[in-house]
Amino acid sequence: MDDIQLKKSATPYDAIIVGSGAGGGMAGYVLAHAGLKVLMLEAGPFFDPKTDSMQLKWPYDSPRRGASTNTRNFGDFDGAFGGWDLDGEPYTTKDKTEFYWFRSRMLGGRTNHWGRISLRMGPDDFKGHHIDGLTDDWPITYDEVKPFYDKVDRMIGVYGTVENLPNEPDGIFLPPPKPRLNELFIMKGAAKAGVKVIPGRGSVLTEALPDNKDRGACFFCGQCGRSCKVYGDFSSSSCLVIPAMKTGNLKVISNAMVREVLTDKNGLATGVSYVSKDDMQEYQASAKIVILGASACESARLLLNSKSSAHPGGLANSSGVVGKYLHDSTGADAGGWLPVLQDRKRYNEDGTGSIHIYGPWVYDNKKLNFPRGYHIEFGGGLGMPGYGFGWGMEGLNGTVPGRDGKKKEAGGFGASLKDDYRRFYGVDFGMAGRGTAIARADNYCEIDPNVVDKFGIPVLRFHYKWSDYEINQAKHMQDTFQHIMHEMGAVAWPSPGADTSYGLEAPGRIIHEVGTVRMGDDPKTSALNKFCQAHDCKNLFVVDAGPFVQQGDKNATWTILALSMRTAEYILAQRNKLNV
Amino acid sequence: MNRRESLKAIGLGTLSATAFLESCKPKGEKLAEDTNTQNGPDDEAGRLPTEVARDKKLKEEKFFNPHEMATITVLGDIIIPKDARSGSASDAKVPEFIEFIVKDMPEHKTPMRGGLRWLDVQCLNRYGKSFVDVSSAQQIEMVTEIAYPAKAKPEMQQGVAFFNLMRNLTATGFFTTKMGIEDLGYVGNSPNQWKGVPIEVLKQYGMEDMA
Repeated sequence: MDDIQLKKSATPYDAIIVGSGAGGGMAGYVLAHAGLKVLMLEAGPFFDPKTDSMQLKWPYDSPRRGASTNTRNFGDFDGAFGGWDLDGEPYTTKDKTEFYWFRSRMLGGRTNHWGRISLRMGPDDFKGHHIDGLTDDWPITYDEVKPFYDKVDRMIGVYGTVENLPNEPDGIFLPPPKPRLNELFIMKGAAKAGVKVIPGRGSVLTEALPDNKDRGACFFCGQCGRSCKVYGDFSSSSCLVIPAMKTGNLKVISNAMVREVLTDKNGLATGVSYVSKDDMQEYQASAKIVILGASACESARLLLNSKSSAHPGGLANSSGVVGKYLHDSTGADAGGWLPVLQDRKRYNEDGTGSIHIYGPWVYDNKKLNFPRGYHIEFGGGLGMPGYGFGWGMEGLNGTVPGRDGKKKEAGGFGASLKDDYRRFYGVDFGMAGRGTAIARADNYCEIDPNVVDKFGIPVLRFHYKWSDYEINQAKHMQDTFQHIMHEMGAVAWPSPGADTSYGLEAPGRIIHEVGTVRMGDDPKTSALNKFCQAHDCKNLFVVDAGPFVQQGDKNATWTILALSMRTAEYILAQRNKLNV
Repeated sequence: MNRRESLKAIGLGTLSATAFLESCKPKGEKLAEDTNTQNGPDDEAGRLPTEVARDKKLKEEKFFNPHEMATITVLGDIIIPKDARSGSASDAKVPEFIEFIVKDMPEHKTPMRGGLRWLDVQCLNRYGKSFVDVSSAQQIEMVTEIAYPAKAKPEMQQGVAFFNLMRNLTATGFFTTKMGIEDLGYVGNSPNQWKGVPIEVLKQYGMEDMA
């Protein structure tokens, strides 16, 4: 690079959106379809699942047989570039606490690889203070969000069943996929253990979406994690951004890493500055409205890095709450295998790449030693072999009788061992608990005063600790898993104990981090109003998971989509009233 | 778009996924010839430039020397021999996979190199020759000492750890090839309509009332 130039774009846009994931994508979709001229800045490359997905590749199409890499933490075929460590883009932690920040810099962001588990938060998730006094209420109720959940269901498509459960609202559902064989055993065992299991809820088109010519119906390869070439599942790239581009009103600039939001002397947003990864030049783009959808932590970082005389503590941060109340879902997993399924008949059991069965939290926890609850995601079946297949046979093949009815010596080699791999194929299953973590002011991200990334942008420093509530919840998950597996007649893999906090994943590992730019009615205790509009800057909005006040046990994406749509419609209404 | 239209849109139609993959490959190559290699079709669509460069570099590097590769080949075929259903580990080019994977996952390098040397030294002390040069019966005798973790002698523990790793890499390498997948009977990764567990399977497990 010879010299750096600052290039200012001539055209002011109606709106600039930072980020192209679920939140940014939905805002772009709504605004572009309404005729606004929108610029979307994405920090990573352009990505279209139609041409770029690894769908239907075989394990041998990867030299590492699909094993994970530092560019794809969920495997060589995964739909998301990136991971917990990005080259040249560090983050730090303080006071020996832990947080892992998963970033996917690409069009559509993390929606290209997610599990498509699409859950509405319930009335008690929005207003949970009355239950135990531990959480702050959202300024909005479930009933206010419901019409937007309904619209998201119709527009994007989600399968499931109407169950009429108290805090697990039903949606407008496509038919769910039938359970796989291992999942039938789980259902039977769970019923005996008193654990509620219902059909899964996933944003996969098990039937064609009415009136949509651009998206194909699912053909059941089970590979949603790779992103779908026929757009049969929800990715922001395929379902929102690319359709919005077709209106001619949305322009996407990829490889554009935003530094800060620019403001004028009155404190209003005027645009953003960014560095282009393509030519390493510095750019400024201007707009009447700035919308952040960069992810909960990245949006907090942008706001905290956008300091000015009007906003000395960072933009939208006169309350000082930006970065605080960071919370990720709790997570603990278990699994095992079913001896009865040895030598099972083969057939195509790929199904969908989202969950087929789901365990909602429907229990009274007044007598439990943790607040709120968790749901359980189940899976198992005759999956496609990949790196790791057959691993650990020496711990398995000595535990049950062989074909001749006699127990054999564990481990081994030769024809008899080769046969064991066939006999044990498809016998295993897994279950994963995902639960409510209480949002706390002392779990936060802030700007590290000493460290910048390779673009010279100050980086985030995290401070995050689990409390006994989350650890107790993980123990309850493990006890529940063991109970189910016992009733299934399964052999459980070794269960994690107190020394590992019962397998409770470190904060950030579940990739449901939310809450860093929370909404509220009081500008002293919140950054945004109930329409995700900054209290301190009326033409600035946040549409990712930053605005969440308190996450339920439900995965965040469906709520991000509903809130982003609601915010975009609010922007349109306010524009008509000439307020912004 | 219905299912048939969506499959047509990506060029699948009623063809199998294998045919689909073939259509994505550069002209002049035959799928059948290279599906058992560790390389597979070099389809770079959707790959980051850094990924393409990384894999190219890894493939150009060499880690194991010819003697080590020969030892890996013999061991692999002892672990997974040819039988009536499918070929051996070396038929499926498992040694080439192991050469690649230790470069990709450097944590395997020392356990593999050191384990191979441990094995040779054992054979040298017992039989006066390295592992590949002793008789087949002696090879099996040696492997038997380290292949059964629960009954191995305490002084064989390092050998057991090595053989566990070798067994795991061989199994993963074999059952992720076309040959291994066919042996296993995995029949997915192709467009279909999932309608639940087949009725005869439900009956086999007394699950007719569950589906």
